Amino acid sequence: MASKSSPAMQAFGQGLWSNNPIAVQVLGICSALAVTVQLRTAIVMCLALTAVLAGSNLIISALRRLIPRNIRIIVELCVISTLVIIADELLRAFLYDVSKQLSVFVGLIITNCIVMGRAEAFALGNPPWPAFMDGLGNGLGYGAVLIAVAFFRELFGAGKLLGVQVVPQAFYGAGYQNMGFMLLAPAAFILIGLLVWVQRELIERQK
Amino acid sequence: MKRLLQRFFDGRRPHFTPGGRLARLHPFFDAMETVFFAPAHTTRIGPHVRDSLDVKRFMTLVIVCLLPHLFFGIYNVGYQSLTATGRPPQFLAACLVGLGAVVPMVIVTYVVGFFWEVLFAAVRRHTISEGLFVSCMLFPLTLPPTTPLWQVALGISFGIVIGKEVFGGTGRNFLNPALTGRAFLFFAYPVQMSGDAVWTYMGGRAAVDGFSGATPLALAAAVESPATIQAVLHEAHYDFWTLFLGRYAGSIGATSTLLCLLGAVALILMGIASYRTIIGGILGILATAALLNLFAGPGASPWLELNPLYHLVMGGAAFGLAYMATDPVSSPDMEAARWIYGFLIGVLTVLIRVFNPAFPEGIMLAILFMNVFAPLLDHFVIQARLKRRMIRT
Repeated sequence: MASKSSPAMQAFGQGLWSNNPIAVQVLGICSALAVTVQLRTAIVMCLALTAVLAGSNLIISALRRLIPRNIRIIVELCVISTLVIIADELLRAFLYDVSKQLSVFVGLIITNCIVMGRAEAFALGNPPWPAFMDGLGNGLGYGAVLIAVAFFRELFGAGKLLGVQVVPQAFYGAGYQNMGFMLLAPAAFILIGLLVWVQRELIERQK
Repeated sequence: MKRLLQRFFDGRRPHFTPGGRLARLHPFFDAMETVFFAPAHTTRIGPHVRDSLDVKRFMTLVIVCLLPHLFFGIYNVGYQSLTATGRPPQFLAACLVGLGAVVPMVIVTYVVGFFWEVLFAAVRRHTISEGLFVSCMLFPLTLPPTTPLWQVALGISFGIVIGKEVFGGTGRNFLNPALTGRAFLFFAYPVQMSGDAVWTYMGGRAAVDGFSGATPLALAAAVESPATIQAVLHEAHYDFWTLFLGRYAGSIGATSTLLCLLGAVALILMGIASYRTIIGGILGILATAALLNLFAGPGASPWLELNPLYHLVMGGAAFGLAYMATDPVSSPDMEAARWIYGFLIGVLTVLIRVFNPAFPEGIMLAILFMNVFAPLLDHFVIQARLKRRMIRT
């Protein structure tokens, strides 16, 4: 779909769909299991990661000719951890309860393979603007999967969406029950597996 | 009769062959036809195994062995229901009540299971496997009779789709589909499936006073030292022979150890189930329970001093060992590996029952866990054999 557009848009589109970090690169699965019990945490996590990823890609790409090859990982980590700390502080300042729910997982964005992976694979070899768009695309691609998984987990696991009860009380009266399984981490594994299945099937069809 | 059927199938064949209106549903037609007629086509390339036991006959025999469980389960569900609601437990009345509870579950399982199998067969163009019929027979038998029908449908969908079809259908599933479905329900709706809730079918009536409805395993898990499990079970009228014969509350088809024993012997004699798995499992249970007996004493968990034979007759251990552990697809293929596989299932079953308070029954998780290890066991046995051969030559 992005074949005729500029390299920046192409990078953006690939991260979002055909080279999706979770469904195709299979990176960042760990946090996808942990923060998808509720839709709210998933959305915040998506925004935090997208901001960090786009920012780190932009900075590392701008510095790419200055970074000595031997110590590039250390430099990348410095940039990423600085951004993560800023994101963490911002969350604590403005969204304290969500930040508490996410607990260590915001800090753990530093170790999220997607951030390092995109810095190594894309930002070091491309100019800042496409690198920024690549970070944006990958972050949103990751977030889209997160939000889709969290949607199903919160809906079936707790009968709620964004903390609001959506399954009517009449259903429970008729014998419906929340699926406790959805609140456990294996449910995210299975949902991600099914999403990957659907997405790869669609990509095959497009060819 | 035969000619009538023949004409029926011949008349419908053109629609299902390539070019026909329903060509996509050919697997469905094929499955229906081969139920009544032996297929005319034979294997064209080697190797040829001359044996009357094909997959269809294989699976049909398992179903025949399961039928006594179904019939006894129907009677037992009705019997428990009648006693719990204070009505006289006559044989015919019990059967009727049991039919009302069990038959809808079986029908829902088959309809939903068949739907998924036909869907995947049509899209992937493979034939409908007879393994489905066995999975769909096993699945309701492992459920408590109080399971709502929508949960039955959900469970079998998960078992068939995630447990089997996503890996390519029968023969490629590394987990037992029926148990996968049950495990899903177990974790999805733990209140109903783990034995905490009452497992006796009430049919909308109130229970008599003093009715507890706890299954033997749930009772045993709640026993506090210094009372012994055997004494508590005896008080609840669950003595050894009741447990052995199976007239107590539990999963529909899994309560009777006697029927499991007969079924297992029949399956072994017909060359379907591996006696290595079954005997290995029994030895595993007895050995572990006997070992735990050594640690029994005042202050220790009452489970530790339970007579090892009780582990065999309570809950679904016998049923699991006879029908689930011996699933030819998900169990190992090497003979030595089957001994180890069965033995470890037995060991794990007892360990889960005794040491994990959240799970009163352990056989389901034990079998699924060992299913995952089956290829590894095969691998080690083959390696060991190759090594021995290298030394010899």
